[in-house]
Amino acid sequence: MATVTEQTLPDPTFHLVEAHGHEHGSGGGTLLGFWIYLMSDALLFAAVFASFGVLSSAYAGGPTPREIFELPLVALNTAILLVSSITFGFAMLAMEPGKVRSTQAWLLVTALLGASFVAVELYEFGSLIAEGATPQRSGFLSGFFTLVGLHGLHVTAGIVWIFVMLAQIGQRGLIVANKRRLMCLGMFWHFLDVVWIGVFTFVYLLGVLR
Amino acid sequence: MSIHSEANLDAELHAHGDTHGHGSYRSYLVGFLLSVILTAIPFWLVMAHPIASAGVTAAFVIVFAALQILVHTVCFLHVNSEAEGGWTLMAYIFTAILLIITIAGSLWIMYHLNSNMMPSMAAQAANSL
Repeated sequence: MATVTEQTLPDPTFHLVEAHGHEHGSGGGTLLGFWIYLMSDALLFAAVFASFGVLSSAYAGGPTPREIFELPLVALNTAILLVSSITFGFAMLAMEPGKVRSTQAWLLVTALLGASFVAVELYEFGSLIAEGATPQRSGFLSGFFTLVGLHGLHVTAGIVWIFVMLAQIGQRGLIVANKRRLMCLGMFWHFLDVVWIGVFTFVYLLGVLR
Repeated sequence: MSIHSEANLDAELHAHGDTHGHGSYRSYLVGFLLSVILTAIPFWLVMAHPIASAGVTAAFVIVFAALQILVHTVCFLHVNSEAEGGWTLMAYIFTAILLIITIAGSLWIMYHLNSNMMPSMAAQAANSL
Protein backbone atom coordinates (compact mmCIF):
# COMPACT_ATOMS: atom_id res chain seq x y z
CA MET A 1 0.00 0.00 0.00
CA ALA A 2 2.67 2.47 1.05
CA THR A 3 4.93 1.46 -1.79
CA VAL A 4 2.13 2.00 -4.29
CA THR A 5 1.56 5.55 -2.98
CA GLU A 6 5.25 6.35 -3.20
CA GLN A 7 5.34 5.11 -6.76
CA THR A 8 2.38 7.15 -7.92
CA LEU A 9 3.43 10.32 -6.03
CA PRO A 10 7.08 11.00 -6.72
CA ASP A 11 7.38 13.61 -3.94
CA PRO A 12 4.99 12.68 -1.13
CA THR A 13 4.25 15.24 1.54
CA PHE A 14 2.69 14.33 4.87
CA HIS A 15 1.76 17.82 6.02
CA LEU A 16 -0.31 20.72 4.74
CA VAL A 17 1.52 22.46 1.93
CA GLU A 18 1.21 26.25 2.13
CA ALA A 19 1.23 28.51 -0.85
CA HIS A 20 4.81 29.68 -0.47
CA GLY A 21 7.67 29.24 1.98
CA HIS A 22 6.31 29.94 5.45
CA GLU A 23 9.43 28.96 7.31
CA HIS A 24 10.18 32.63 7.94
CA GLY A 25 11.62 33.76 11.24
CA SER A 26 11.07 37.13 12.85
CA GLY A 27 10.49 39.46 9.88
CA GLY A 28 6.93 39.13 8.61
CA GLY A 29 5.55 38.00 11.96
CA THR A 30 6.92 41.04 13.78
CA LEU A 31 5.55 43.54 11.30
CA LEU A 32 2.11 41.95 11.17
CA GLY A 33 2.09 41.67 14.98
CA PHE A 34 3.00 45.33 15.33
CA TRP A 35 0.24 46.21 12.89
CA ILE A 36 -2.25 44.31 15.08
CA TYR A 37 -0.98 46.32 18.09
CA LEU A 38 -1.57 49.57 16.17
CA MET A 39 -5.11 48.47 15.31
CA SER A 40 -5.83 47.74 18.99
CA ASP A 41 -4.34 51.12 19.88
CA ALA A 42 -6.76 52.62 17.35
CA LEU A 43 -9.61 50.98 19.27
CA LEU A 44 -8.28 52.53 22.50
CA PHE A 45 -8.40 55.89 20.75
CA ALA A 46 -11.91 55.08 19.51
CA ALA A 47 -13.08 54.69 23.12
CA VAL A 48 -11.49 58.01 24.11
CA PHE A 49 -12.91 59.73 20.99
CA ALA A 50 -16.35 58.35 21.89
CA SER A 51 -16.16 59.65 25.46
CA PHE A 52 -14.96 63.03 24.23
CA GLY A 53 -17.82 63.07 21.71
CA VAL A 54 -20.38 62.31 24.42
CA LEU A 55 -18.96 65.02 26.71
CA SER A 56 -18.17 67.52 23.96
CA SER A 57 -21.07 69.85 24.80
CA ALA A 58 -21.00 69.34 28.58
CA TYR A 59 -19.62 72.82 29.30
CA ALA A 60 -21.05 73.07 32.87
CA GLY A 61 -21.26 76.83 32.37
CA GLY A 62 -17.54 76.92 31.61
CA PRO A 63 -15.69 77.96 28.46
CA THR A 64 -16.83 76.66 25.05
CA PRO A 65 -14.46 75.50 22.27
CA ARG A 66 -15.04 78.69 20.29
CA GLU A 67 -13.83 80.77 23.25
CA ILE A 68 -10.64 78.85 24.06
CA PHE A 69 -9.34 77.15 20.87
CA GLU A 70 -6.79 79.03 18.78
CA LEU A 71 -7.04 77.53 15.29
CA PRO A 72 -3.80 79.14 13.95
CA LEU A 73 -1.90 77.29 16.69
CA VAL A 74 -3.66 74.02 15.77
CA ALA A 75 -2.87 74.62 12.08
CA LEU A 76 0.79 75.13 12.99
CA ASN A 77 0.85 71.87 14.97
CA THR A 78 -0.91 70.02 12.14
CA ALA A 79 1.70 71.31 9.68
CA ILE A 80 4.58 70.27 11.98
CA LEU A 81 3.22 66.72 12.33
CA LEU A 82 2.54 66.42 8.61
CA VAL A 83 6.09 67.53 7.71
CA SER A 84 7.46 65.08 10.31
CA SER A 85 5.57 62.30 8.52
CA ILE A 86 7.35 62.97 5.22
CA THR A 87 10.76 63.40 6.90
CA PHE A 88 10.27 59.95 8.46
CA GLY A 89 9.42 58.72 4.97
CA PHE A 90 12.76 60.12 3.76
CA ALA A 91 14.49 58.27 6.63
CA MET A 92 12.85 55.03 5.46
CA LEU A 93 13.94 55.68 1.86
CA ALA A 94 17.52 56.31 3.04
CA MET A 95 17.38 53.15 5.18
CA GLU A 96 16.61 50.79 2.31
CA PRO A 97 19.93 51.15 0.46
CA GLY A 98 21.69 51.28 3.86
CA LYS A 99 22.68 54.98 3.98
CA VAL A 100 23.44 55.27 7.70
CA ARG A 101 24.25 58.99 7.97
CA SER A 102 21.29 60.07 5.89
CA THR A 103 18.91 57.82 7.86
CA GLN A 104 20.19 59.25 11.15
CA ALA A 105 19.86 62.82 9.88
CA TRP A 106 16.25 62.37 8.75
CA LEU A 107 15.38 60.58 12.01
CA LEU A 108 16.86 63.47 13.99
CA VAL A 109 14.84 66.01 11.94
CA THR A 110 11.70 63.92 12.61
CA ALA A 111 12.43 63.79 16.35
CA LEU A 112 12.96 67.58 16.49
CA LEU A 113 9.68 68.18 14.63
CA GLY A 114 7.94 65.80 17.02
CA ALA A 115 9.46 67.64 19.99
CA SER A 116 8.25 71.00 18.65
CA PHE A 117 4.76 69.50 18.21
CA VAL A 118 4.75 68.44 21.87
CA ALA A 119 6.16 71.84 22.89
CA VAL A 120 3.38 73.74 21.07
CA GLU A 121 0.80 71.41 22.62
CA LEU A 122 2.21 71.93 26.12
CA TYR A 123 2.17 75.70 25.50
CA GLU A 124 -1.50 75.40 24.50
CA PHE A 125 -2.30 73.32 27.61
CA GLY A 126 -0.42 75.84 29.76
CA SER A 127 -2.30 78.85 28.43
CA LEU A 128 -5.66 77.00 28.74
CA ILE A 129 -4.94 76.16 32.37
CA ALA A 130 -3.79 79.74 33.01
CA GLU A 131 -7.16 80.96 31.67
CA GLY A 132 -8.93 78.66 34.13
CA ALA A 133 -9.86 76.06 31.49
CA THR A 134 -8.48 73.16 33.54
CA PRO A 135 -9.45 69.46 33.15
CA GLN A 136 -11.59 69.77 36.32
CA ARG A 137 -13.65 72.68 34.94
CA SER A 138 -16.15 70.69 32.84
CA GLY A 139 -16.81 67.34 31.21
CA PHE A 140 -15.86 68.85 27.86
CA LEU A 141 -12.44 69.93 29.19
CA SER A 142 -11.85 66.55 30.91
CA GLY A 143 -12.53 64.82 27.60
CA PHE A 144 -10.38 67.32 25.71
CA PHE A 145 -7.33 66.95 27.95
CA THR A 146 -7.68 63.13 28.01
CA LEU A 147 -7.90 62.76 24.23
CA VAL A 148 -5.33 65.37 23.19
CA GLY A 149 -3.04 64.43 26.10
CA LEU A 150 -3.19 60.73 25.16
CA HIS A 151 -2.13 61.58 21.61
CA GLY A 152 0.64 63.83 22.95
CA LEU A 153 1.89 60.99 25.16
CA HIS A 154 2.03 58.70 22.13
CA VAL A 155 4.08 61.30 20.23
CA THR A 156 6.40 61.63 23.23
CA ALA A 157 6.85 57.83 23.29
CA GLY A 158 7.60 57.97 19.55
CA ILE A 159 10.31 60.61 20.13
CA VAL A 160 11.92 58.45 22.85
CA TRP A 161 11.79 55.49 20.45
CA ILE A 162 13.47 57.56 17.70
CA PHE A 163 16.36 58.39 20.05
CA VAL A 164 16.63 54.72 21.07
CA MET A 165 16.87 53.81 17.36
CA LEU A 166 19.48 56.55 16.76
CA ALA A 167 21.61 54.98 19.51
CA GLN A 168 21.10 51.47 18.12
CA ILE A 169 21.96 52.53 14.57
CA GLY A 170 25.01 54.37 15.92
CA GLN A 171 26.19 51.22 17.69
CA ARG A 172 25.39 48.51 15.18
CA GLY A 173 24.53 50.23 11.92
CA LEU A 174 21.59 49.34 9.70
CA ILE A 175 21.51 45.63 10.51
CA VAL A 176 18.38 43.64 9.67
CA ALA A 177 17.04 43.85 13.24
CA ASN A 178 17.39 47.65 13.21
CA LYS A 179 15.69 47.88 9.82
CA ARG A 180 12.79 45.83 11.15
CA ARG A 181 12.54 48.08 14.24
CA LEU A 182 12.61 51.19 12.05
CA MET A 183 9.77 49.78 9.94
CA CYS A 184 7.69 49.30 13.11
CA LEU A 185 8.59 52.80 14.32
CA GLY A 186 7.59 54.18 10.93
CA MET A 187 4.17 52.52 11.12
CA PHE A 188 3.78 53.93 14.66
CA TRP A 189 4.73 57.47 13.58
CA HIS A 190 2.43 57.53 10.53
CA PHE A 191 -0.36 56.02 12.65
CA LEU A 192 -0.07 58.94 15.10
CA ASP A 193 -0.48 61.35 12.20
CA VAL A 194 -3.68 59.53 11.19
CA VAL A 195 -4.99 59.85 14.77
CA TRP A 196 -4.15 63.57 14.69
CA ILE A 197 -6.41 63.98 11.61
CA GLY A 198 -9.25 62.75 13.81
CA VAL A 199 -8.22 65.07 16.66
CA PHE A 200 -7.97 68.29 14.68
CA THR A 201 -11.19 67.51 12.81
CA PHE A 202 -13.45 66.32 15.64
CA VAL A 203 -12.00 68.28 18.57
CA TYR A 204 -10.88 71.57 17.08
CA LEU A 205 -12.62 72.23 13.75
CA LEU A 206 -16.01 70.75 14.63
CA GLY A 207 -15.68 72.18 18.16
CA VAL A 208 -15.30 75.72 16.86
CA LEU A 209 -18.21 75.16 14.43
CA ARG A 210 -20.53 74.00 17.19
CA MET B 1 13.58 26.51 13.37
CA SER B 2 16.74 26.55 11.31
CA ILE B 3 19.57 28.98 11.81
CA HIS B 4 19.14 31.99 9.57
CA SER B 5 21.92 33.97 8.09
CA GLU B 6 21.50 37.72 8.04
CA ALA B 7 21.01 37.82 4.28
CA ASN B 8 18.38 35.12 4.60
CA LEU B 9 16.47 37.19 7.20
CA ASP B 10 16.74 40.25 5.02
CA ALA B 11 15.24 38.31 2.14
CA GLU B 12 12.47 37.08 4.41
CA LEU B 13 11.75 40.60 5.57
CA HIS B 14 11.08 41.56 1.99
CA ALA B 15 9.78 38.31 0.54
CA HIS B 16 6.23 38.56 1.83
CA GLY B 17 5.35 41.82 0.24
CA ASP B 18 6.14 43.60 3.52
CA THR B 19 5.61 46.94 1.94
CA HIS B 20 5.38 48.81 5.24
CA GLY B 21 7.67 51.77 4.93
CA HIS B 22 8.75 50.65 1.51
CA GLY B 23 7.29 53.54 -0.40
CA SER B 24 8.96 55.51 -3.12
CA TYR B 25 9.77 59.22 -3.18
CA ARG B 26 6.79 59.51 -5.47
CA SER B 27 4.32 57.91 -3.05
CA TYR B 28 5.57 60.01 -0.11
CA LEU B 29 5.49 63.26 -2.11
CA VAL B 30 2.04 62.54 -3.58
CA GLY B 31 0.76 61.67 -0.09
CA PHE B 32 2.28 64.82 1.38
CA LEU B 33 0.88 67.16 -1.29
CA LEU B 34 -2.60 65.60 -1.07
CA SER B 35 -2.47 65.85 2.73
CA VAL B 36 -1.51 69.53 2.61
CA ILE B 37 -4.48 70.24 0.32
CA LEU B 38 -6.88 68.08 2.36
CA THR B 39 -5.75 69.82 5.57
CA ALA B 40 -5.75 73.39 4.23
CA ILE B 41 -9.30 73.23 2.82
CA PRO B 42 -11.11 72.27 6.08
CA PHE B 43 -9.10 74.82 8.11
CA TRP B 44 -10.00 77.47 5.52
CA LEU B 45 -13.67 76.40 5.59
CA VAL B 46 -13.82 76.83 9.38
CA MET B 47 -11.65 79.94 9.74
CA ALA B 48 -12.89 82.00 6.75
CA HIS B 49 -16.59 80.93 6.80
CA PRO B 50 -17.11 80.73 3.01
CA ILE B 51 -20.21 78.55 3.67
CA ALA B 52 -22.91 80.17 5.79
CA SER B 53 -24.39 76.94 7.21
CA ALA B 54 -22.35 75.40 10.04
CA GLY B 55 -23.91 71.99 9.33
CA VAL B 56 -22.82 71.95 5.68
CA THR B 57 -19.34 73.14 6.67
CA ALA B 58 -19.14 70.33 9.26
CA ALA B 59 -20.15 67.75 6.64
CA PHE B 60 -17.41 68.99 4.29
CA VAL B 61 -14.83 68.97 7.11
CA ILE B 62 -15.69 65.34 7.97
CA VAL B 63 -15.48 64.28 4.30
CA PHE B 64 -12.03 65.90 3.94
CA ALA B 65 -10.84 64.15 7.14
CA ALA B 66 -12.02 60.77 5.82
CA LEU B 67 -10.24 61.40 2.50
CA GLN B 68 -7.03 62.42 4.26
CA ILE B 69 -7.10 59.31 6.46
CA LEU B 70 -7.38 57.22 3.27
CA VAL B 71 -4.45 59.10 1.67
CA HIS B 72 -2.28 58.51 4.75
CA THR B 73 -3.26 54.84 4.86
CA VAL B 74 -2.28 54.25 1.24
CA CYS B 75 0.71 56.60 0.79
CA PHE B 76 2.35 56.50 4.27
CA LEU B 77 1.18 53.28 5.93
CA HIS B 78 1.31 51.40 2.59
CA VAL B 79 -1.77 49.32 3.32
CA ASN B 80 -2.80 47.36 0.25
CA SER B 81 -4.30 43.99 -0.54
CA GLU B 82 -0.86 42.41 -1.16
CA ALA B 83 1.01 43.39 2.03
CA GLU B 84 1.26 40.46 4.51
CA GLY B 85 -1.00 38.37 2.29
CA GLY B 86 -3.84 40.84 2.75
CA TRP B 87 -3.95 40.54 6.56
CA THR B 88 -3.02 44.17 7.24
CA LEU B 89 -5.91 45.27 5.04
CA MET B 90 -8.31 42.83 6.74
CA ALA B 91 -7.26 44.02 10.22
CA TYR B 92 -7.58 47.64 9.05
CA ILE B 93 -11.11 47.17 7.71
CA PHE B 94 -12.16 45.27 10.85
CA THR B 95 -10.74 48.05 13.05
CA ALA B 96 -12.46 50.73 10.99
CA ILE B 97 -15.83 49.00 11.40
CA LEU B 98 -15.38 48.65 15.18
CA LEU B 99 -14.21 52.27 15.39
CA ILE B 100 -17.25 53.61 13.56
CA ILE B 101 -19.64 51.45 15.63
CA THR B 102 -18.00 52.59 18.89
CA ILE B 103 -17.96 56.31 18.12
CA ALA B 104 -21.21 56.66 16.16
CA GLY B 105 -23.03 54.25 18.49
CA SER B 106 -21.93 56.11 21.63
CA LEU B 107 -22.93 59.49 20.20
CA TRP B 108 -26.30 58.17 19.01
CA ILE B 109 -27.16 56.49 22.31
CA MET B 110 -26.07 59.41 24.46
CA TYR B 111 -27.86 61.92 22.23
CA HIS B 112 -31.09 59.97 22.72
CA LEU B 113 -30.44 59.70 26.45
CA ASN B 114 -30.20 63.45 26.66
CA SER B 115 -33.17 64.25 24.48
CA ASN B 116 -35.56 61.43 25.48
CA MET B 117 -34.79 60.40 29.01
CA MET B 118 -34.35 63.72 30.74
CA PRO B 119 -37.92 65.07 30.27
CA SER B 120 -39.52 61.88 31.65
CA MET B 121 -37.12 61.91 34.59
CA ALA B 122 -38.06 65.51 35.19
CA ALA B 123 -41.75 64.53 34.98
CA GLN B 124 -41.21 61.71 37.48
CA ALA B 125 -39.46 64.08 39.81
CA ALA B 126 -42.37 66.50 39.46
CA ASN B 127 -44.92 63.71 40.16
CA SER B 128 -43.15 62.56 43.27
CA LEU B 129 -43.27 66.03 44.78
